[in-house]
Amino acid sequence: MSSSRPTSTSGAPLGYPTELIRSDSTYESVTDTIGAIVLTKKHPRSWLVGFTIGFALLMLFLVAVAWLLLKGVGIWGINIPVAWGFAIVNFVWWIGIGHAGTFISAILLLLHQKWRTSINRFTEAMTLFAVACAAMFPLLHLGRPWLFFWLIPYPDTMGLWPQFRSPLVWDVFAVSTYFTVSLIFWYIGLLPDLATLRDRARTRGKQFWYGTLALGWRGSAKHWQRHQMAYLLLAGLATPLVLSVHSVVSFDFAVAILPGWHSAIFPPYFVAGAIFSGFAMVLNLIIPVRKIYHLEGVITPRHLNNAATVMLATGLIVAYGYLMEAFMAWYSGDIFEQFMMVNRTFGPYGWVFWALMLFNVLVPQALWSRRVRTDTILLFLVALSVNLGMWLERFVIVITSLHRDFVPSSWGMYVPTFWDWATFAGTIGLFLTLLFLFIRFLPMIAISEVRELVAEHKEVKA
Amino acid sequence: MKPIAQQNVTFDLAAIRARLRSSDGPRYWRSLEEVARTREFTEFLHREFPERASEWIDGLSRRHFLKLMGASLALAGLASCTRQPAEKIVPYIRQPEELLSGQPLFFATAMTLGGYATGLLVESHNGHPTKIEGNPEHPMSLGATNAFHQASLLDLYDPDRSQAVLHQGQISNWEAFLSALNDSLQTQERRKGVGLRILTETGTSPTLHAQIGGVLKKFPEARWHQYEPINCDNVHGGAQIAFGQIVAPQYRFDRARVVVALDSDFMFAHPAALRYARDFMNARRVTAGRSEMNRLYAVEPVPTVTGSNADHRLPLRMSEVTNFAIALGAELGVGRGSATNFTGVSDQRFLSAVAADLKTHRGQSIIIAGETQPPFVHALVHAMNQALGNTGTTIHYTASAESNAGNQVQSLRDLVDELKQGRVEVLLILGGNPAFNAPADFAFAEHLKGARLAIHLSSDRNETSALCHWHIPQNHYLESWSDARSYDGTASIVQPLILPLYAGRSAHELLDALLQSHPRTDYDIVRTFWQSQQRWNDFERGWRRTLHDGLVAETAFPIRQVELSLDQITRAAPRSAIGHLPSAIELSFRPDPTIWDGRFADNGWLQELPKPITKLTWDNAALIGPATAQKRAVSNGDFVELEASGRRLRVPVWITPGMADDCVTVHLGYGRTRIGRVGRRAGFDAFILRSADSFWSGLVTLNKASGRYQFATTQGHMVIDSAEREVYRAGTLADFLAHPEFVKESTRTPSAHETLFNPEAQLFDSPRWAMSIDLTTCIGCNACVLACQSENNIPVVGKAQVARGREMHWLRVDSYFSGELDRPGMNHQPVPCMHCETAPCELVCPVGATLHDHEGLNLQVYNRCVGTRYCSNNCPYKVRRFNFLQYADYHTPSLKPMRNPNVTVRWRGVMEKCTYCVQRISVARITAKNENRPIRDGEVLTACQQVCPTEAIIFGDLSDPNSRIAKLKKHPLDFSMLAELNTRPRTTYLAKLRNPNPALENVA
Repeated sequence: MSSSRPTSTSGAPLGYPTELIRSDSTYESVTDTIGAIVLTKKHPRSWLVGFTIGFALLMLFLVAVAWLLLKGVGIWGINIPVAWGFAIVNFVWWIGIGHAGTFISAILLLLHQKWRTSINRFTEAMTLFAVACAAMFPLLHLGRPWLFFWLIPYPDTMGLWPQFRSPLVWDVFAVSTYFTVSLIFWYIGLLPDLATLRDRARTRGKQFWYGTLALGWRGSAKHWQRHQMAYLLLAGLATPLVLSVHSVVSFDFAVAILPGWHSAIFPPYFVAGAIFSGFAMVLNLIIPVRKIYHLEGVITPRHLNNAATVMLATGLIVAYGYLMEAFMAWYSGDIFEQFMMVNRTFGPYGWVFWALMLFNVLVPQALWSRRVRTDTILLFLVALSVNLGMWLERFVIVITSLHRDFVPSSWGMYVPTFWDWATFAGTIGLFLTLLFLFIRFLPMIAISEVRELVAEHKEVKA
Repeated sequence: MKPIAQQNVTFDLAAIRARLRSSDGPRYWRSLEEVARTREFTEFLHREFPERASEWIDGLSRRHFLKLMGASLALAGLASCTRQPAEKIVPYIRQPEELLSGQPLFFATAMTLGGYATGLLVESHNGHPTKIEGNPEHPMSLGATNAFHQASLLDLYDPDRSQAVLHQGQISNWEAFLSALNDSLQTQERRKGVGLRILTETGTSPTLHAQIGGVLKKFPEARWHQYEPINCDNVHGGAQIAFGQIVAPQYRFDRARVVVALDSDFMFAHPAALRYARDFMNARRVTAGRSEMNRLYAVEPVPTVTGSNADHRLPLRMSEVTNFAIALGAELGVGRGSATNFTGVSDQRFLSAVAADLKTHRGQSIIIAGETQPPFVHALVHAMNQALGNTGTTIHYTASAESNAGNQVQSLRDLVDELKQGRVEVLLILGGNPAFNAPADFAFAEHLKGARLAIHLSSDRNETSALCHWHIPQNHYLESWSDARSYDGTASIVQPLILPLYAGRSAHELLDALLQSHPRTDYDIVRTFWQSQQRWNDFERGWRRTLHDGLVAETAFPIRQVELSLDQITRAAPRSAIGHLPSAIELSFRPDPTIWDGRFADNGWLQELPKPITKLTWDNAALIGPATAQKRAVSNGDFVELEASGRRLRVPVWITPGMADDCVTVHLGYGRTRIGRVGRRAGFDAFILRSADSFWSGLVTLNKASGRYQFATTQGHMVIDSAEREVYRAGTLADFLAHPEFVKESTRTPSAHETLFNPEAQLFDSPRWAMSIDLTTCIGCNACVLACQSENNIPVVGKAQVARGREMHWLRVDSYFSGELDRPGMNHQPVPCMHCETAPCELVCPVGATLHDHEGLNLQVYNRCVGTRYCSNNCPYKVRRFNFLQYADYHTPSLKPMRNPNVTVRWRGVMEKCTYCVQRISVARITAKNENRPIRDGEVLTACQQVCPTEAIIFGDLSDPNSRIAKLKKHPLDFSMLAELNTRPRTTYLAKLRNPNPALENVA
């Protein structure tokens, strides 16, 4: 990777943490630190505990899905008028979380933000797993999930095509494209590291598997040159996707005529919310991992600080979105919009809204303080609050808007059932399982890119 | 969700009342908490709603759901375990006459309810009845039916029907029964039948009457008793007082300008209700260029269908209604009470206004008392009608259609006395369920054991069957021959459409067994009876004509001249007004608006039908008014204990605005113990409290009991509607006459040019189907909801699913309150699919499963639907229904022939909704094409339209400028629901017009 600017290590303005890598790092130490986690080091007990929890939840997920396929979506709490429940809330939540990875990898790469290097691999993996969790919900929530492929345009013998005016069809394209590009981007980035692992592996099995996955990477200049080009191109491809995916997801709501959904502000507000929650999830995952695997040398306080700053900025955009929704409801003079806002704040689900305000608007204001941004525990708690808040936001949008709309005779309530919760917890299980397997078998930090940092570091020193 | 914690409830009804009075309060409302907007009150009234339910789908509720699915909907464990025998499908060798496969046939028959017949036309597909319609030729139907008639189809196919002769609970057979019966009969014959008793329900069948006559001739000492829990004893008693003989008043509501209903539900619960509703509403419609409306005053304790349509409704306890009647009599110069007995300022004002209105409409008014009022009120009402000159113009008297009209409670009392004394040796109970529904003080069930041989003929194995030695399954009216009279005397032959499904017998066959050693078939019995009447010169011709027409021509009773005896009336009237202890609560009993006296308790369609106004399903409740609830500190779902003479009933409360103060109403018929799977554990048995003395009402004590109960309502969920929401429109006749365009002017209809597309483009061909629903004439009787269910194979989902908000009715009747809390106006609004021209649902379906056809119908393609439910989310009217689980029953064999073969039975995971009965449109289109002509106006009747007693629903082709629908759409009262959304609904409404008395305008 070519960089025209040296990374500064001294003269930190205003005392912000600036180190991207500990100053005594060498090629050897970096490779060892990261490679050993996969190859040689015994995994800590905490890995086993985490994996067990994740795997148990995954099993719950399988039970919930089996029951769902057996009985139908009626096992959930949905009804008329609230025909969309947890499934859609979770879908939007997961896909939002899946935004940070690509944002960090692609956009920050193009913007030459060097600090992304230590966390991009991890966040890309997180993105993939989150999108995998997300993508399952729209399928499972179908009344007849085995017919999901009818949403895909294929030459059907009846000459039937999807109805292209429906945002759900756009979703299919947006989510599948995003997942594909994210996967390829992640895999291409992995290639040099897989080769490193192959070379350092001591057992036949590891040599075989890493060797196969490395696709014959030899580290020649030509390899590097093509790799960098492909990586950059994919970053360019992925960048608009970061913006488009959640915009399209927001169309699911914005295109409908339902008060609380029908709103022009949704696309930017959803994208900001996605990055907001994505960074929150990154922090929630990386803070413990960094601690457990002693990666403080690679993931420095500067990374945490920067992630927190992004969170604060996007959080403010989201808060502006909330404000504008309320303002437009009043300003439009539309009685349904106005009622929606009153019901959202003081209706039966009003407490969800106020909890959302607390978790998503009030708590993140703590990030103005540098101490909070650099204190891992406080930062972890704020990030947790944001993750919870963003989930509540989707609850407010989906359920509170649906439960009381135009004709009062059709108003109703939505109460999640055990299976709603089980499915949600189950996808968390799937996410954790995949993540722990990733930590166990793949380098969670891009070795080659960090080595590049070391090189630059040395140049600056010299 | 976290349930709102139960707290000490503080009531703020004053605030609600103030808010409703103030001008900025909502004009239409449904839920008290919305009106109140106080937190405490919210919590007070809030507890019934689903968010309070423990909503984990646990094993128990799931099991219960499956059980419910069992009978009228799903689950056929047995059927699915046995392999179906291999069958050959072969064409008819001899084609039955007139039967073309795929073409339905219609047969005229009649159904009785409370003994009185309504003429029906029943649709039959390949030999099995699939849909019930009214017989347009029949004077008591005129083509309409009510919910009970519609639902009787499900009774025929109910898998839990009684299927075999039972002896002491063991399966036996008819021959064994006959030999057992003959042994007893031989003894009886020697003793002139001294121990033989026959108990029937109210009967109007001439054949049955003749047969019982024959039995009494053969066994001179035998007795015939009659009892039905919903009867006309008081009407008969009133006529006896007034005229010295039992006569039936026949009302001409089409001629009346002013109607006063004294606790009379003449548009719903009267034997001639269908006819009366039609007549009444025909005199109310202003759509046909008329500028006059009749005016209805209702005085009643509990909101009824009739009361909800009144221009002025005064909620009074039943005893106060009696007082009111006496006071009204005094105002009109009848009787000897005086108006001053009647106190209360606003009531006095109401009374004088009613009296004044009546006096100015002499000969053009009707006062009608309900069967719940004591006999002397009926007598007084006869006198008032006479004094007003109504007799002979709007009212005339005929013989009663009942075979043995009299006092049924007395008749049953006599029987019980004899049972007590052990004098009953053979007791034949033909239908009914006296062990469940006899007055509690008779202890009928206990004394029934005194009969040496008790035989019960019944369509289901009910509480009475369990106590009788023999149980004979009774044939459904669609599988046996009989005859019956309607309220005006018109006789009909009850003609079967199908051979008996099980080993059942009819009452005629059972009675014939008393007369002959080899009983004849019911066909022979009925036919022989009519042959003996010698009505027709050519019997065969006359008989066939009668069967075809569905009624015996010219059998309506002639007008009977009667002499009013004022003396008797004066003597019968009480000396002073009936007092009321402030601590006491007056309990009134009513037939349930969905399961009547309990006979329909095993019918899933009726159980799940939301009751008018309360919108409760699957349950009855102790209905009390908000003020009484406040005084007694109870709220929705709280159990209370009602006690009367030592008998106690624990029943949960449902607060119903419009109830009179200090009174409680419990609908009869719930709480059945021996019943099929559907009716089990539904509701609370009010018969426990009913005694012969308090047959319709009595004083009880009401105490709050422990525990709470969860109801399932389809609309109670916090409903409020402000006038700005363009959902419901209403005005007064005076407004309309002064300012005909008032609806149009207050509607924000977007211009046709507010579109991105070419507004001139002709989107749809001819015909363009559309519907108009007249809110003035809709009485909220629910018939349309059940007609739709029957026509479109709509499944029943069970109480738990209704509580979750998953009822499947394609057509719902929304009801809104308006005005003050204690005396609200009530408004009904049937809501089918709007078939929007620019339908929001179609835009969002990812697979194009909902789309428009060239005639402008919004279609739902079940095969293509994957069940995203996005269409429902985007439907502003929320008329779409989703199969969240496998609701339709694919397995129960007996339900298969019931289904409309022209409508798909939907499976789990697909969306469905009103189709404007597209299958009926197709039939009309094919017929018209075969005859090379356009479809005629009125040729397509949707199921809801066809059944409507008041013709409030009109359907037709908008592109034909001469069609009824095209004219209605041009009417100034026409409005679209939520017009401002620019969905351009094809279903529109005619705003409700009331005709209030200016003297009372700000009272009710």
